[in-house]
Amino acid sequence: MPGLTDHFVVLEVVLPLLAAPACVLIRNPRVTRLFSLGIVAACFAIAVALLIQVRGGGVISYHLGGWPPPLGIEYRVSTVNAYLLVLVTAMALVVMSFDSRGGPPRVSESRRHLYYAVFLLCVCGLLGITITGDAFNIFVFLEISSLSSYILVSLGGHRRAVMSAFHYLVMGTIGGVFFMLGVGLLYQATGTLNLREIAERLEPSLDDRGAVLALALLVVGISIKLAVFPLHHWLPNAYSFAPPKVSAFLAATATKVSFYLLATILFVIFGAPFVFGELRLHVVLMPLSILAMFLASGAAIFQTDLRRLLAYSSVAQVGYMTLGLSTANATGLAGGLVHLFNHAVMKGGLFLVVACLLHRVGAVHLDALAGVGRRMPVTCAALVIGGLSLIGVPGTVGFVSKWYLVSGVLERGWTAAAVLILLSSLLAVVYVGRVVEALYFRQPAEDHVRPGLREAPFAMLAPTWILIAAAIVFGLTTNWTYGVAAEAAGLLLQGGI
Amino acid sequence: MTSAASFTEAVSGLWVYWLIIVLMMVGLYIVIARDNLVKKVMGLNIFQAAAILFYVSMAKVEGGTAPIVPQDAGHGAGHEGHEILYSNPLPHVLMLTAIVVGVATTALALALAVRIHREYGTSEEDEAVAWDMEHG
Repeated sequence: MPGLTDHFVVLEVVLPLLAAPACVLIRNPRVTRLFSLGIVAACFAIAVALLIQVRGGGVISYHLGGWPPPLGIEYRVSTVNAYLLVLVTAMALVVMSFDSRGGPPRVSESRRHLYYAVFLLCVCGLLGITITGDAFNIFVFLEISSLSSYILVSLGGHRRAVMSAFHYLVMGTIGGVFFMLGVGLLYQATGTLNLREIAERLEPSLDDRGAVLALALLVVGISIKLAVFPLHHWLPNAYSFAPPKVSAFLAATATKVSFYLLATILFVIFGAPFVFGELRLHVVLMPLSILAMFLASGAAIFQTDLRRLLAYSSVAQVGYMTLGLSTANATGLAGGLVHLFNHAVMKGGLFLVVACLLHRVGAVHLDALAGVGRRMPVTCAALVIGGLSLIGVPGTVGFVSKWYLVSGVLERGWTAAAVLILLSSLLAVVYVGRVVEALYFRQPAEDHVRPGLREAPFAMLAPTWILIAAAIVFGLTTNWTYGVAAEAAGLLLQGGI
Repeated sequence: MTSAASFTEAVSGLWVYWLIIVLMMVGLYIVIARDNLVKKVMGLNIFQAAAILFYVSMAKVEGGTAPIVPQDAGHGAGHEGHEILYSNPLPHVLMLTAIVVGVATTALALALAVRIHREYGTSEEDEAVAWDMEHG
């Protein structure tokens, strides 16, 4: 079929979009599961094909409906977003294949097809944000992914999951409206919605109130979705009460896509010379990133629930990414982008371990986990490796990220920040250490002894270990991850997508 | 005098923006200050409506008409030099999408509020949070 490959770009988004209502029509839980798994696998294959095509500076521009931009909507794939497409689809595939028995426990068998429909919509939204080159199109996909993730969070089973979903919805909607207003101001200033056209026509300066306001609205709007430090309030609750599978997927993808969006807005549309030269955004972003690293890691230390601990650690990790962004040099930005991938792999893996533990132990309080390490060695080994990666021990992906982040920060001349990165890793040692201590060195309390406790089923362990293994493999060979991230960072700094 | 003049200009020339900002802040205030979940949803709606108004007012061209080409416009000869001024249709069309997004958000928020009411027996956020504090 000669024509089909030309349409890969749009199929990447259209496949999950059409598959979602198809799931609702199919109804049968087993069939919908296999069907959506197949769709996600197809999306993954397409994403890999696209990345191979654009590696080395290529760009694919796809005109929706044959209308050329700036009139029509353009989908545009370059190394920067192809990298993210692969990440999102890979994570979706791993999380989908996790546990053959399917959806979260709260969802009854007769409604399970709806869970898959919503999951596919979330994937569709995230891929759409990444692939599109049209500002308003981004807003629409942002809301598709957000609305479906509110639903996914509310399926957590605990009553607080519903409350967290509501909070998430309120915060997310405010962020979305800010984003929409920002896009409106950009349209007012340039008369176009195509990202590249906007970038060409916009000549931002400090005197241009409209441009500065647009930047402010866009940055705050996205920062809410990205959970940048003082706007992270929704994240710990949402991630700790959502079904762990959902947390694994959202932690690995949703904030990452927002990070990409933030980088695009700052570097492509407004340009580094304006944002970091004239406006000096790093004066705000750098201290906030460092505060996130310390306060969120500090909060993680005091959590007694493993899910909350990991959620707070996510806020801290977003801090590392935005710190890389605020250096605005090639090494630091590449460090941020490589951390995006690395954190997705390790945090996705860790939340899947949580799902395994929850499945067997029934609770993930540190007290309930006392001594579990000896009964479920394979599962807990995954947790330990993921934890070491969070700390940044050499040989894991966490080390790779921190290495490039520290080099980027030093290149920028922020010696103190480099020292703080290393110090904040010590906080990670403490919170990971608490988990390890509970798992291996503590005797289970009388009422927590479970005679029949065994290893998690293979269908759960395999996807978990794929991610954890990836955390080691990409920690040892950085050609793929850092290579692509460096290329993407170079493109972003030139202002090209 | 000049500052007074520029002030009146800022008010009279940019009154639409003032209206939008006031509406937006009213919405945001309701979201923050009210504990009732349904009121929060209403606040969000007002907040969104302000943004929609912003787009709609941005696209309005003074003296412009709805962007529909009149039927006799094609018979060119008699209409030379007679230009029709249209409003910009694009932001208006975008807002159709934004309204759909808003409706979906409201529907989902209300559905969640119903579930919260079922779980906690209240629609007041502070009561629900207090209940969680007590019962863990």
